[in-house]
Amino acid sequence: MKSNRQMEHYVAPLEDTPLLATDALKEDQAPLSLWQDAWRQLRKRPLFIVAALLITLIVIVALFPGLFTQTAPDNNCQLADSQGGPRAGHPLGFTFQGCDVYARVIYGTRASVMVGVFSVICVLIIGVTLGALAGFFGGWVDVIIARLGDIFFALPIVLGALVVTQLPFFRDNKSVWTVIIVILLLGWPSMARITRAAVIEVRGADFITAARSLGVSNIQTLIRHVLPNALAPIIVLATMELGVFIVLEATLSFLGIGLPGSIMSWGNDIAAAQQQIRTNPSVLFYPAAALTLTVLSFIMLGDALRDALDPKSRQR
Amino acid sequence: MSALDVSFNEVGMPAERPLLEIRDLAITFKTSGGEVQAVRNSHLTIMPGETVAIVGESGSGKSTTALAAIGLLPGNGWISGGQILLDGEDISHASEKRMIELRGNTIGMVPQDPMSNLNPVWKIGYQVKETLRANGRPSAPEDIAKVLAEAGLPDAHRRAKQYPHEFSGGMRQRALIAIGLSCQPRLLIADEPTSALDVTVQRQILDHLEGMTSELGTAVLLITHDLGLAAERADKVVVMYRGQVVEAGPSLELLENPQHPYTQRLVASAPSLASRRIQVAKDLGLKSDELLAPTEALVEPSMTENVLQIQDLTKVFKLRSGLGRSTDFTAVDNVSFSVKRGTTTAIVGESGSGKSTVAQMVLNLLPPTSGKIIFDGVDTSTLNSKQIFAFRRRVQPIFQDPYGSLDPMYNIYRTIEEPLRTHKVGNKVSREKKVRELLDQVALPQSTMQRYPNELSGGQRQRVAIARALALDPEVIICDEAVSALDVLVQAQVLNLLADLQSNLGLTYLFITHDLAVVRQIADHVCVMEKGKLVETGSTDEVFDSPQQDYTKALLNAIPGAKLMLPPEVA
Repeated sequence: MKSNRQMEHYVAPLEDTPLLATDALKEDQAPLSLWQDAWRQLRKRPLFIVAALLITLIVIVALFPGLFTQTAPDNNCQLADSQGGPRAGHPLGFTFQGCDVYARVIYGTRASVMVGVFSVICVLIIGVTLGALAGFFGGWVDVIIARLGDIFFALPIVLGALVVTQLPFFRDNKSVWTVIIVILLLGWPSMARITRAAVIEVRGADFITAARSLGVSNIQTLIRHVLPNALAPIIVLATMELGVFIVLEATLSFLGIGLPGSIMSWGNDIAAAQQQIRTNPSVLFYPAAALTLTVLSFIMLGDALRDALDPKSRQR
Repeated sequence: MSALDVSFNEVGMPAERPLLEIRDLAITFKTSGGEVQAVRNSHLTIMPGETVAIVGESGSGKSTTALAAIGLLPGNGWISGGQILLDGEDISHASEKRMIELRGNTIGMVPQDPMSNLNPVWKIGYQVKETLRANGRPSAPEDIAKVLAEAGLPDAHRRAKQYPHEFSGGMRQRALIAIGLSCQPRLLIADEPTSALDVTVQRQILDHLEGMTSELGTAVLLITHDLGLAAERADKVVVMYRGQVVEAGPSLELLENPQHPYTQRLVASAPSLASRRIQVAKDLGLKSDELLAPTEALVEPSMTENVLQIQDLTKVFKLRSGLGRSTDFTAVDNVSFSVKRGTTTAIVGESGSGKSTVAQMVLNLLPPTSGKIIFDGVDTSTLNSKQIFAFRRRVQPIFQDPYGSLDPMYNIYRTIEEPLRTHKVGNKVSREKKVRELLDQVALPQSTMQRYPNELSGGQRQRVAIARALALDPEVIICDEAVSALDVLVQAQVLNLLADLQSNLGLTYLFITHDLAVVRQIADHVCVMEKGKLVETGSTDEVFDSPQQDYTKALLNAIPGAKLMLPPEVA
């Protein structure tokens, strides 16, 4: 259907849109890797800055509690001070046993953070390994690992912990490490699931086929290409789980199946405070506040990381 | 600019008013890097019933211009200058209410991707009904069936009751055309309406669209990246480059006498036009120098043995159909052909023809169900793992998707160095030297080494992929749709690069593609595949001059621009 209308042949002046070389490389920007790019985004986010500052503070408190208080937390508790209010040198008052609440909160940080950090490290090692193997090889490896994970997933976590901690070995050797093992046992399936999903997504990419046709072995492909590209969701989950595990330790300690009473932790303090919740609520409030703040900062960090590492938000 | 308006008065048809007139349009987007002007000084005129095509590479602003005309710019973009006149009414800043009135009734739209533009949870009929009802038209089942039947869907009553997943890609696009034209708009915007479809389906759809719109007297604004297709289908072609209209005019005149250097470049490198020129030149008995591939005469006679022989190759996939049961799906059915050293053999076929499965088996990534692949005299299925490792050095792939074939975590140096490191070639110093040489070979600056894939364009990534494939000095390169995802100019550049590398290094290519226009430019031999079977093989000239099979003929006819009578000296 060609019309017989006259049509103007318009040509734009060349100065308006000078011709560029076809597909020339833009060389004005400095090279930027994915991690550098994420970092540039992160450092502008208030959420990340607040979370990072808080976490730095928490880590310093956990490592050097002596910097923050001169009072020893448990040696010289005076029963005379039992449930005493705040006074000079003891800003948060005293517990039922006459111990300084502020000092106990400061010294309790270490156990809580330690449980959180080491649980996450263990969960990462086990969960990522199993999840990566399941996702990368598929088939029966996947079936076995996925079902195994489902079994642990189906256990209510507190109930599972109750059962495990009543095993003779755990009952006799209560320590930070038994708590970490319990958390590991119940916490790895969610990490394995996330890893498996991320690995399956990356496994189909052309660059994996390219690596295989270069002769890179399966394990090398998994370690060098698949895992680095699957790392973003793993990091986000790990950050958030750190907070969750700290709460879990507190829950277990509160129920009396976590850390032994000899180890100072927020969970133990909260448990000890439950008798005086009416008479002296501050004893419960301060360790609970410390716990909440810590967990919140890790979850905020995870949130900020998720946004920064989201491949969809990433532009060329 | 103003010359455009006046011209119609000069012709002596002052009564006729343009249906759509875009004047000095500027569109700005707000991005994380600040405000970016995506379109400037854009102008075009569509008369009632006329077909106008906007041609340009990705990012040239052609879709943005069309979206502005229908008031569907993305949330971060706005019209920052100029006018859009629809039948004399400026709609560039019209209210949303007014735009809703216009959409469907006055301006219809056929989107690009038929796979994602139908709502999967509603029946096709309901989606047509929705459009009819929104525009106050009768929407009884008969009306719906009529609309679908007009768009070329057979058995429309039954089809209307089906869901999108029961439709093939071509049928979905027909349904979308039905929806776009259901309210008989005066202007239809078709944004790359067929680029997601197989070539033969593409042709049917475009023919049908053309028939329907000329019957209804609908004006069409066709957006495409293919100049050949634009020239064939449109009365007028508007060329956009970097957000500006650089040239506009009657389609044939634009092809014969391109004025702007960018248009000249486009005319020179659009594969559909290039293949058409070769054909015209041959018909006239002229010699065309556009055959990029070195002919066999250039290859030393001692090297003309078959480097690759495929014998009775069959691949059967087991498709799971319920517990413990499976049905067989024959993806590749008894395929035999051979590839001579130093030549290019193209495997052509549409999606589902099994061409990529052949490539996977030749790469030894997928075991054949039966049949043999003989590489340099050795059956590749008999190789042990050490021999396979050695085989990998000699046969390398290049993939279609430039965004997926490079590891985003690796910088370009590591990407190209990986094959050398894997095969323990040389030491650190010699490897770096080799990477620099390879970057030179694929015409990328050596400073690219420190960059990451996300900083490169599609064509640049594809060149990095070529450099990686060349790192081990392979003999055979399997290109699986290696240029299909690229803009035409970039495509031509990469094809030229491949041809140069072939004549310099004596490479053998196995080129998998759906695009016969590209085949015409680079291949010496062609294998045509349909539904897993090899239906025709021969030299490129034989297949193009005297195709034996109907399927091959249909594929050849589907190259856009086949109807154009181009003088061979164009460009």
